[in-house]
Amino acid sequence: MNFIPINENQREEMLKTIGKGVEDLLSGIPEKLRLKKSLNLPPAVSEMEIKKEMSEMAKLNKDLIVFAGGGVYDHYIPSAIRHLTGRAEFYTSYTPYQPEVSQGTLQAAFEYQSLICELTGMEVSNASIYDGATALAEAIFMALSINGTRNKVVVSDGINPYYLEVVKTYLGKTYPLEVLPLQEGITDSEKISKINEETACIAIQHPNFLGNLEEVEKFVEIAHKYGVIVILSFDPISLGLLKTPGEYNVDIATAEGQCLGIPMSFGGPHLGIFTSMKKYIRKMPGRIAGKTVDRQGRDGYVMVLQTREQHIRRENATSNICTNQQLCALMAAIYLTLHGWEGIKDIANKTTQKTHYLAENLENTGLRLPYEKQNFFREFVVEIPEGAKKAIDKSIKKGYLAGIDIGKFKKEWKNHLLVSVTEKRTKEEMDELVEILSPRS
Amino acid sequence: MEIPKDLFYTEDHEWARKEDDEIIEGITDYAQSELQDIVYIELPEVGMEVVQGDPIATIEAVKTVTDLYAAVSGKITEVNKELDSKPEFINKDPYDAGWIVRIKISDMAELDTLLDASEYRKSIQEE
Repeated sequence: MNFIPINENQREEMLKTIGKGVEDLLSGIPEKLRLKKSLNLPPAVSEMEIKKEMSEMAKLNKDLIVFAGGGVYDHYIPSAIRHLTGRAEFYTSYTPYQPEVSQGTLQAAFEYQSLICELTGMEVSNASIYDGATALAEAIFMALSINGTRNKVVVSDGINPYYLEVVKTYLGKTYPLEVLPLQEGITDSEKISKINEETACIAIQHPNFLGNLEEVEKFVEIAHKYGVIVILSFDPISLGLLKTPGEYNVDIATAEGQCLGIPMSFGGPHLGIFTSMKKYIRKMPGRIAGKTVDRQGRDGYVMVLQTREQHIRRENATSNICTNQQLCALMAAIYLTLHGWEGIKDIANKTTQKTHYLAENLENTGLRLPYEKQNFFREFVVEIPEGAKKAIDKSIKKGYLAGIDIGKFKKEWKNHLLVSVTEKRTKEEMDELVEILSPRS
Repeated sequence: MEIPKDLFYTEDHEWARKEDDEIIEGITDYAQSELQDIVYIELPEVGMEVVQGDPIATIEAVKTVTDLYAAVSGKITEVNKELDSKPEFINKDPYDAGWIVRIKISDMAELDTLLDASEYRKSIQEE
């Protein structure tokens, strides 16, 4: 199959018209960056052959019972989501460049935003961005733009280490980053004095990477005293049980939305949830859909406040993101609509109860929970003296993925296994995992 | 096109009215007619020190956004808070109710670098 739409004659004609050769058009690429050999690819094969090869590779995948989380969770995905999002009108369309022609796409974005606002208690949501990590990094940029005269960024060390990597990439060397260390598995509130008049923003994750609940109120109170923007990275499912970002009175709240009906898919594509308060809407990144009426009084959907976006504001825009994760946002919108508040509460409750059941039973085998003093939501840390990696390898042999070895992120997390539970896990599965991880087995 | 004789102008279409050691600054009639319906203005903080040519405010119209540049160096002493709820003042009355900021001038000589009404008229005719 040839993916290049023009043929050789058309190419010749185009080059003749502009009076240039292909080499002339590529002259802007420095010599040292040019690949001077052919791409290292095997010879072309037929569709039948490639399909056979791919299915053989797919068979190598192991279908494991997942207790790993760390930002991506194995919740049950109702079948309706796949059926509805599979409709060609949704499935094949990209973020529209002539948006108002695609009323259905815009309405889907608008419904998604409305549902996210209801879920979070925040006043505005954009139509989504890439993922939880970029949402957090973009939120920090937005806060730096709101607090234009300040440049110090304070973040909790309880934020997902991969998110912190993205934040560091965004900030580069331009903005000083201060990290609030953890104490007993939560952000050390004794170090709160690092927040002062020079601080543009503080970012916390709640529940944090270790699953522990943070003392969000303390940070909001001190931050607002100094005019510091508070950014909360939250877990959408946790809002069925915990206070919402709106109730905490934070300024910007972001999340990874994968847990709302989106497949784990080896880590992406996922969904960046981005919300804020109305007074900051002009500094918000991403697209926002709005509802209005046309000349005849009929409902209509439009892209609003586009003057925030880079194609108009140019270098003064807060962000260069001018697109969204529309299909994944639609999955989340359908998920939230199918479950409603009661459904989300139920999932959050079951998730918490099962997490605590597993934690207790692991502790009963003699394993230590290093942060047992803390309240935790959907995941927790268990110390595996023989090494977390070893335990994971052992579990895979039995058809389980026991968790994440977080020792790779920090020395003090050596032998720490981060275990996560969703409503999908059964008592039998949890008992089996306890059996696998038990020091006696 | 209204270009009052008693004002200073910049090539970026700001006007400045000198009052003792301060200037009042806004955008010209020409600028507002080019931008069309102004829907929002982001004002700077009072007390901010600015250098001539610094972007100090953002003016947002329906389909475009532009910056307001400081006509002179100095300190911002007042901003037109009325524009928060009535940005259309800039369209309706750019030289009076639509004023944007007041700056305490730090270097009087900078006024000489600004255009007078006839120079400004000439500059927009060239555009």
